[in-house]
Amino acid sequence: MIAASNSVRVAAILASFFQGEHNSLHPAGPFSTNIEWLYWAIFWIVFVAFVLTILAFARASAKTYSRSEEMLPIMKNEEGDRKAKWAVGTAITITLLTLFAVLFMSVITGKKVEGMSSSNPVTIQITGHQWWWEVTYPNPQADQTVITANEIHIPVGKPVVILTSSADVIHSFWAPSVHGKRDLIPGYSSAFWIQADQPGTYPGRCAEFCGLQHAHMGFSIIAEDEATFEAWEQQQLQPASDPQSAETQHGREVFLTHTCVMCHTIRGTDAGSRVGPDLTHLASRKMIAAETLPNTTGALAGWIVDPQGIKPGNKMTPNPLAADDLNALVTYLRTLQ
Amino acid sequence: MDQVRERPVLDVSGLPSVAFGKSNTTWLGNVFYMMIEGTMFALLFASYFYLRTRTDSWPPVQDPPLLTYGVINGIVFLLSLIPARYAQKVAPTGDRGRIRLALAGLAMFAIVNMIVRGFELANLNCRWYDNAYGSIIWSLIGLHTGHLITEFIETVSILGIAFTPKMEGTRLADAAINSDYWYFVVVTAVLMDFIIYGTTRFL
Amino acid sequence: MAISEAIVLPQETSEARLERTWGRPRGFWGWFMNVHHTAIGVRFMVTSFIFFLLGGVLAAMMRFQLSRPENNAIGPDLYNQIFTVHGSTMIFLFAVPMMFQGFGVYVVPLICGTRNIAFPRLNAFSYYIYVVGGLLLWVGLFLKTGADAGWFSYVPLSGPEFTPGKRSDFWAQMITFTEVSALGVAICLATTILRQRAPGMTLNRMPVILWEKLVISFMVIFAMPAVMVVSSMLLMDRTVNTQFFNPANGGDVLLYQHLFWFFGHPEVYIIFLPGATIVSTLVPVFSRRHIFGYTAIITSVVATGFLGFGVWVHHMFATGIPQMSASFFTAATLMIVIPTAVQFYCWIATIWNGRLQLKLPMLWVFGFFFVFLIGGLSGVMLASVPVDWQVHDTFFVVAHFHYVLIGGALFPMFAGLYYWIPKMTGRMMNDLLGKIHFWLFFIGFNLTFFTMHFLGLRGMPRRVYTYPAEMDWGGLNMLASIGAIFMTAGLLVFMVNFFQSKATGKLAGRDPWKAGTLDWAVPSPPPAYNFLELPTVNGREALWDAAPNQPIVTGVRDDIPEVLITNSLDSEPQHKEELPGASIWPFLTSITVSIAFIWSIFSPWGIAYGAIPVVVTLIGWLWPRGHSPSPRQSVLEGKWTR
Repeated sequence: MIAASNSVRVAAILASFFQGEHNSLHPAGPFSTNIEWLYWAIFWIVFVAFVLTILAFARASAKTYSRSEEMLPIMKNEEGDRKAKWAVGTAITITLLTLFAVLFMSVITGKKVEGMSSSNPVTIQITGHQWWWEVTYPNPQADQTVITANEIHIPVGKPVVILTSSADVIHSFWAPSVHGKRDLIPGYSSAFWIQADQPGTYPGRCAEFCGLQHAHMGFSIIAEDEATFEAWEQQQLQPASDPQSAETQHGREVFLTHTCVMCHTIRGTDAGSRVGPDLTHLASRKMIAAETLPNTTGALAGWIVDPQGIKPGNKMTPNPLAADDLNALVTYLRTLQ
Repeated sequence: MDQVRERPVLDVSGLPSVAFGKSNTTWLGNVFYMMIEGTMFALLFASYFYLRTRTDSWPPVQDPPLLTYGVINGIVFLLSLIPARYAQKVAPTGDRGRIRLALAGLAMFAIVNMIVRGFELANLNCRWYDNAYGSIIWSLIGLHTGHLITEFIETVSILGIAFTPKMEGTRLADAAINSDYWYFVVVTAVLMDFIIYGTTRFL
Repeated sequence: MAISEAIVLPQETSEARLERTWGRPRGFWGWFMNVHHTAIGVRFMVTSFIFFLLGGVLAAMMRFQLSRPENNAIGPDLYNQIFTVHGSTMIFLFAVPMMFQGFGVYVVPLICGTRNIAFPRLNAFSYYIYVVGGLLLWVGLFLKTGADAGWFSYVPLSGPEFTPGKRSDFWAQMITFTEVSALGVAICLATTILRQRAPGMTLNRMPVILWEKLVISFMVIFAMPAVMVVSSMLLMDRTVNTQFFNPANGGDVLLYQHLFWFFGHPEVYIIFLPGATIVSTLVPVFSRRHIFGYTAIITSVVATGFLGFGVWVHHMFATGIPQMSASFFTAATLMIVIPTAVQFYCWIATIWNGRLQLKLPMLWVFGFFFVFLIGGLSGVMLASVPVDWQVHDTFFVVAHFHYVLIGGALFPMFAGLYYWIPKMTGRMMNDLLGKIHFWLFFIGFNLTFFTMHFLGLRGMPRRVYTYPAEMDWGGLNMLASIGAIFMTAGLLVFMVNFFQSKATGKLAGRDPWKAGTLDWAVPSPPPAYNFLELPTVNGREALWDAAPNQPIVTGVRDDIPEVLITNSLDSEPQHKEELPGASIWPFLTSITVSIAFIWSIFSPWGIAYGAIPVVVTLIGWLWPRGHSPSPRQSVLEGKWTR
């Protein structure tokens, strides 16, 4: 009984090793599913190789072990060595064949993953910044281009093209549930595909060390059905709605007369700087500061006042605003759906 | 205690204590040194061609380096092989007069090389801070000039020793090995000239 | 050479003369003048072990910070310096100086059967320059301007725009110092192995350890220039505005990665092969037989040396290189498994057909088998491009390379230390403490690093100073941090064991392991001249295969520091050469070179002005003095007319 409950507990602990959303072994799309298959295939091969090698060491040691304190005289075993030659030769041949199998599986999976495509896909330009993600849905018409940050909406069940670039140092775009990682390298642009087959939110993080706040450079991919995605896109294309109440009008005033305007854009206002994330539809996002904080009134206020305390080294300056200014600003930002 | 043992021995007392050429350890050490520095040149050459693939035109905006001084220096380098070879020939003879002559000749050539190198640097038509092209050109020629100066100092030092009674035994071997290093400087100079003056113009 | 029979040797007088000729210089300055390989080798080992402990302290700090989610103990600025200095220390200041320079400089001349290393002053210089490089990095850390862009300091993060100040400059010059040191020692070791082997130790009889040191020396010679080139480019970009890595001006950031990993991957083998060296040396000794598959092992080592240069792009699979070239590097990476597998199989066969005596050094070799096997096999997984896309730059990779480096270097290092410390100090280490050390370290190591595989698969990127609680990485991280405590305890036990053994350990005698190589033919610790009677060799294991009346070499002068030079192939005696003796100049040169290098961080003219004292000290170093170099009766190759 106790043993059973213990083994349940052990199983639970073992299972917990593989849990979590942000997980290479929890694929949610064809790319990551193929990679997961390959991972387990190679894993079992090397696992068997490990067991066999350790068994060989154990057998050899058990067979010839001597407890002697004194060092024994030197011996020769020509008969044994003749046999060992065959054994070693066979083992090397098997190793070679196994490695070929690994190579073959790896190349085939690589080709399969690279070969996926679709006509007229959704294209998303990801630009890495220290320490946030600029997300653009390019369109030949400038006013049809969606620009947002850290939250990537994609239609479910369809391949999506990701175009990479970086504004400063090397970052790496990694949402393990949908695909492996791809570096965002200054001076280079590259393209790859992602796809999520189930609606849901898939977290991602920067995987290449990029400076002080590498640890706080998350994003999320939100896969939703075609209609929801298109509605979201349309809504994102709208300029910010004008503030209705006196408080939100004051909030916009605060935004436009303080340092906020030096870095951020709110379309529909005079704020048009591209240094920091576009805030036109800030309130539609679930998180702020590259997945560092939830997008709540309190968190937003805290972030505006003391970004350096929350995410030391990031490019946003502290804003010691008067209480009513701060309240107005946050209330205004919360209206930017 | 007079412990006396009887054992078969391999008596090497008759062996020489100086070796010229390949069995000299300094020769071997020098070969390793040249391998290291040769690898550096090879990597810079590779970087040069790599950077070239990253730009549409090459040189990107500048004119190619002025050919005249490059060609002059190349010829001087090739001619300097004569005193270098001569030094290698006379070193084992231990004839100090001729060794001094050879080394002095080699040093003179090195001085001419360095002067012409100055003109080369003044006429590269680029600066190291202009762009990556300028950086790699200056690094190549800078690395080579470093070797030129090092070899010049080495030659002058051995020349200095050649005026003292210390110039015997292994020092003679060193004088011969010095020429090997000079060959290295000449070979890398020719390769580098091809890169700097040739590939910017004809490739 | 003819071997003449029965010559009477006046032993006592020769011993006294040798002591006078080779004896260590005394006094305070004498320490800086010593150029004997046993002294320099021990210094390399002690210094790099101190850096290992310092690097370990940084590791413990990281494990403390990561033990809980959203821990505020260490901020990002300090944390980035800590992991950068930890990685740089372990790779550049510990692993290579210990495994290649330390063990190599100490044992190679002994195993060759010669009285000192070739170019002993270059060897001593290499030690001092290494110490300065290490101090530079650590002084930077203590002044709170420690390097903070990671041990491979990718541009543009480490470039002038994103790391202003001097942090990356310290890092780049530390690289220059340590690589000059490794290159210097590579020249010394390769020359010693090729020219100073005892007569009879033909290439075909050379112990595996000498083969491996030779191959590693060549790898150092061809790999280290790449990192010197790339760190110099970085330094120039930062100090004199060259544009190598600035994409806006024709520069290219991937050039840095190509050059760095062209060095970086061979570097892994430069660290691992000395470990394999030690294993190949110890397995036959503790299996009481010659090694199985001598030729296969040598071939594997040489093949690793070549293949190691063909796999660097597997560090760059996530950069978006084309599938075709990626597959080529996958194939090359898998191919390098073969020589390592061959060595594993030969070790198994040696034990299988021998008589295993599981003494303390062999226990650590078994630790190596287990740990390195895991690291090697997770390397097979990483070689696959698609798998690498997922686990690259995560804790899975952190786990992998700690299994490879700690497995491939640290376990063999402790095996080697338990094996050779009796030679160095003349006293045995305590068996029980050694076993406690092993088990604490082995359990702690696996607890810390096996856990990291799961963290990596579960998406924890490396080099994060903290992580959100929602990611649910806290439990595994706590487990990993607990492992670090075990490892620390194990190291403390080792230190206690070492000092206790040094003071009161059982005397080791000449050959406590009844081993076969020539290092065990000399007293423990070896005298300043190593060999009273220069040996000749009759087989691969010089002492086991010696004829009952194995000849010794006579006729090498004992009134000057002379050594016998033999040829590379069949080690026939060729000539004798006087090695340079004790001198203060290598030390002074290391000081002037250091001034020039460090000055160059602050002003490009530092190299120009700094070169002047360097030239002065170099002339002082090389200026002929002392004994008349040679009796002039004859020379080899070349005429002698005088």
